[in-house]
Amino acid sequence: MWEYTDKLKDHFFNPRNVGEIEEPDGVGEVGSLACGDALKLTFKLDENGKIAEAKFKTFGCASAIGTSSVLTEMIKGLTLDEAAKLTNKDIADYLGGLPEQKMHCSVMGREALEAAIDNYRSGGKKKHELEGTIVCTCFGVTEQEIERVILENDLTTVEEVTNYCKAGGGCGGCQSEIEKIIEKIQGDKVKGVPVSAPRRAGKLTNIQKIQLIQQTINEQIRPALRAHGGNIELIDVEGSKVIVAFRGMCAQCRLTEFTMKDVVEAKLREFVSKDLFVEEDKESAQEPHNHRE
Amino acid sequence: MKTVYFDNNATTKVAEEVLEEVKPLFCELYGNPSSMHTFGGQIGRRIRRAREQVAGLLGCETSEIVFTGGGTESDNTAIKGVLAAAPNRRIVITTRVEHPAVLAVCRELENHGYMIVELSVDRQGRLDMAELEEHLDDDTALVTIMYANNETGTVFPIEDIAELVTSKGALFHTDAVQAVGKIPLDLSKSNIDLLSLSGHKLHAPKGVGVLYVRKGTRLSPFMLGGHQEAGRRAGTENVPGIVGMGKACELAAENLEAENSKVKALRDKLERTILQKCPDCRLNGDPDNRLPNTTNISFEYIEGEAILLMLDKYGICASSGSACTSGSLEPSHVLRAMGVPFTAAHGSIRFSLSRYNTEDEVDYTIEKLPPIINQLRELSPFVTK
Repeated sequence: MWEYTDKLKDHFFNPRNVGEIEEPDGVGEVGSLACGDALKLTFKLDENGKIAEAKFKTFGCASAIGTSSVLTEMIKGLTLDEAAKLTNKDIADYLGGLPEQKMHCSVMGREALEAAIDNYRSGGKKKHELEGTIVCTCFGVTEQEIERVILENDLTTVEEVTNYCKAGGGCGGCQSEIEKIIEKIQGDKVKGVPVSAPRRAGKLTNIQKIQLIQQTINEQIRPALRAHGGNIELIDVEGSKVIVAFRGMCAQCRLTEFTMKDVVEAKLREFVSKDLFVEEDKESAQEPHNHRE
Repeated sequence: MKTVYFDNNATTKVAEEVLEEVKPLFCELYGNPSSMHTFGGQIGRRIRRAREQVAGLLGCETSEIVFTGGGTESDNTAIKGVLAAAPNRRIVITTRVEHPAVLAVCRELENHGYMIVELSVDRQGRLDMAELEEHLDDDTALVTIMYANNETGTVFPIEDIAELVTSKGALFHTDAVQAVGKIPLDLSKSNIDLLSLSGHKLHAPKGVGVLYVRKGTRLSPFMLGGHQEAGRRAGTENVPGIVGMGKACELAAENLEAENSKVKALRDKLERTILQKCPDCRLNGDPDNRLPNTTNISFEYIEGEAILLMLDKYGICASSGSACTSGSLEPSHVLRAMGVPFTAAHGSIRFSLSRYNTEDEVDYTIEKLPPIINQLRELSPFVTK
């Protein structure tokens, strides 16, 4: 059971400003059905350039709906410059707080507002687009967006970043990348915080190397493959040669050699040793595979 | 405000008859069954009786019943205990739609050198027996497949699966937590080697479960530190839980057929009316092979948590496979494995009934739900009028 404030519950059960403004001055659309929440914000300005009317339509949980409703009330009467300064924290504070795992709802509100303002300023041409490189492919979150939630909310862990913008909450394959972004921004603050990724060590005994390879496969590689219905098994290690077998969807995939092998090799080189190379176990590659959808 | 409890796959009310049976065991008959004195020793008789009652429901021998701390412990014990006793076999076969008590255990084993095969399901949540057969070989230690799915109620052909698996020399475990008390069982005529059940899913208290272990099955104990349960589960017996479990099994055995037909009629009315009254919704699961008490319906373009909170305002308790209810960001692994599209997976609601539900409660829910769906759809950007 989520702990929602009375204010949020009020806005969920009695949402204000529901709908779409006809011929709006600005439109902002963010999120998607696949992601689990989506928000369409429309506004109209008065003759002084202040927001006279704002309406929303939201697909999502109670906090997504409550946050959207509150946002439309917050921005009424503001100039666009004032509205553009709103942060997700302002929205969450206005509600008397949100459960940690629901903070991304406040970020979605701020994103929709920005998109709507951009849309107005570009004369109705600009639609919300992702800027920068995508870090989290599951939820389509860019590096820029991750940096921003870290800065605005003083985040120091991957879990927090996931709560605020969903990044890293799907297959988990990008979590080490998020860790690096946190380190880059927060620097000293996160020193001494244990990181989940195995550290690359200097000289390893054979046993240590094999264990580290197995650990890297378990923690860094398998979760990403699982998310796509695949799997990987470590068959053997001969010197610098790492022999693996791909299962499930990855095994069927004709592109295995060009994609999965490279990904695994890159991860192993990053976390274990630079001289490693990966080979696919031929015997198991000939196993019959299931081609059901 | 009255409470309409339609979440019986999560947990159930303790039956009044069970409570009466258990009451004296706290302040009057609180002895330890392992003690030498009569005061403690008399408790042993109560545990024996409970064992007979459980065996009666399952159609097995009393020596094949091991009391545990719950369904999750039974699952853990079965999987880890079988593998520890069969060190030469490295493959475990399961399905993508198992309860986490099985799936998480299997995925953890993967990190210890085991190979896990997760069988897929079709759109109705059904397994492909040919796929199972294809994967069975000399290296398969265990196949663990649930009897009935907790989210959709889909029932797997467990007897056929057990026959196939055991004919190939592997052991077969089934998590029957949702099935026991709803589907008649006769383990004396079955090929199932291990079966898990949970007390609080069939009107017994929480914190007690059973693992059925077929006579002659090699199983390493999961808990050490005492001789209880013939050395298979150490620890002083949870006497009230065990006695409650026995009574609940006895009640289930007596009333199984009558209750199932009553519960099924209520479930069918609820389901049929919702599907009629609400546009753009779909039933999840196999309509032909299903628990009599469960229905899982997806409402397109809206999100499950929001529906649940609106129902909650009227005292109606249900659950959802939506991401937002689990604290994760992905919707139900069961619905995703079935290929239910995201549009529908996020808005799924499960109603699970019990013998304590009434037709009035069904009528009340049928009246309250459609306006809720309409209200949320008016908020949704994906519904265009």
